[in-house]
Amino acid sequence: MTKPNDYNSVMARKAEIMLKSVGIDYSKFESGSIAFDYEKMMHETGYSLEEMQKIQYSVGVGNTPVLELRNITELARKCAPAGKGARIFMKDEACNPSGSFKARRAANAVYHAKKLGYKGVIAATSGNYGAAVASQAAIAGLKCIIVQECYDSKGVGQPEIVEKARKCEALGAEVVQLSVGPELFYKFLLLLEETGYFNASLYTPFGIAGVETLGYEISMQFREKYGKDPDVVVCTNAGGGNLTGTARGLAKAGASSKVVGASVNLAGLHMASDSHFNRKSFTTGHTGFGMPFTSWPDRSDVPRSAARPLRYMDRYVTIAQGEVFYITEVLASLEGLEKGPAGNTALVAAFSLAQEMDRDQMILVQETEYTGAGKHIQPQLSFAKDNGIEVLFGDPADEIPGKNIILPSHPSLIKARDVDLDHIRRSLIKTAINTYKVQPTEADIAFLAEETNSSVEFVRETLKSL
Amino acid sequence: MVKKGEWVRIHKIILEPSERAPQVPDDTKQVPLEMWDKGFLQADANIGDEVTIETVTGRKETGTLIEVNPYYEHDFGKFVPELLAIDKQVREIVFGGDKS
Repeated sequence: MTKPNDYNSVMARKAEIMLKSVGIDYSKFESGSIAFDYEKMMHETGYSLEEMQKIQYSVGVGNTPVLELRNITELARKCAPAGKGARIFMKDEACNPSGSFKARRAANAVYHAKKLGYKGVIAATSGNYGAAVASQAAIAGLKCIIVQECYDSKGVGQPEIVEKARKCEALGAEVVQLSVGPELFYKFLLLLEETGYFNASLYTPFGIAGVETLGYEISMQFREKYGKDPDVVVCTNAGGGNLTGTARGLAKAGASSKVVGASVNLAGLHMASDSHFNRKSFTTGHTGFGMPFTSWPDRSDVPRSAARPLRYMDRYVTIAQGEVFYITEVLASLEGLEKGPAGNTALVAAFSLAQEMDRDQMILVQETEYTGAGKHIQPQLSFAKDNGIEVLFGDPADEIPGKNIILPSHPSLIKARDVDLDHIRRSLIKTAINTYKVQPTEADIAFLAEETNSSVEFVRETLKSL
Repeated sequence: MVKKGEWVRIHKIILEPSERAPQVPDDTKQVPLEMWDKGFLQADANIGDEVTIETVTGRKETGTLIEVNPYYEHDFGKFVPELLAIDKQVREIVFGGDKS
């Protein structure tokens, strides 16, 4: 019997399709109220750190070098108050097989899919994760489909996403490209149902646990080379998996490094808008993902996301598009390193935060990504200009996303801007109440305190104010 | 005429504007959700015909034939003079430019 394939019928089959394609019965971890057992989910369905390292090393993933950015540190010190300017480091994750840290997530997801006997994997992503899944699937001999949002209604593709499509195809994947819209998920569900492939979601416990090796490695490498952990680790934040996995890995190493999230500020641009689509110069690592996923992680393609960044964030900052383009050029010009712009979001934040820190302290940018045609500052700036975005030098604080890109007229104008984490915490608590429509139990309150990295008192205060 | 077995690209409307999800913004609601895919053509056809392809994963997909031997044209964009200005500025600050 053929099932109806209209939008509403397919969306109604979501839970059933997900269960078959991820192989996790998420109901086991539910309390029946707001709370669920996050650690139990990570423990029972994930892998131990040792197992993950073994899996990753066997496919050439991990053990990427840590680079000290001495000239950028010097530039930051020239802009900093006397005696300030921490040493800036970068973990060169672009050295992974597919050119980004996403190989860590993909290695585990694909290993798991193969172990469970799936013939192929599917991922819904316009980002580096697509290439990572395609690369790992190639190694494992599994088939691979990547579903990406690529074009606006005029058929104009974001150059960076077009490049990612090319890379996925080069690595043997089928790339299903769609125009703008959240209904990508509908086609994704149809493909899962049709093929019976594994859903290599970015948000499963094995995907997130795959990033824990990154956090652990950072600590081991720093202790060996510098005798201590980095004081601050900056993670570009979108869906939250990068930050969550890194922070969990650091914790497993016993490191007390502060974890900072950084996103490109795209305020005012709607992520599902056809006309805004090509007015964005960033396809990931921006507030359009960072804010909603931090304030409510369970909006992903699995029932309970393993990426829960608010639990691990000590600080969250935003930076401007013009600042990322600027620092990307500086990285090439002063350090001889040509990397993709999206990965340099955290570098802007580190450049700014280093100036608040003492000179003997260390701040680490925990990823880089590959660069190439389309996925490079030159085509991105050129594309922005073609789309009517004004590119000028000035104060990046004046940048209006979708209207202009303001390159700092001097590096001293680069400033990480703090996001009010308490505001995000209250937002998460409010959404929890509105979503579950229950009187929170004691367990719920304890859970919300963990979710928001706050306290039971903070949660009670917030609940009272609702 | 495009021959059976050639590598082609197809286009298809997945959802008409009237079928779009309720949460999408107004501008997006006015346009259909479109799809593009590539594969081997299953029977001789002309550009613009409704065809079936077999993708690299062995799936059959249907749509309008739009391209034969599709290739990528994305590049490094046009010259962006601002980048040279950044280089000059930061090298001057760190290394003292020609003065060092």
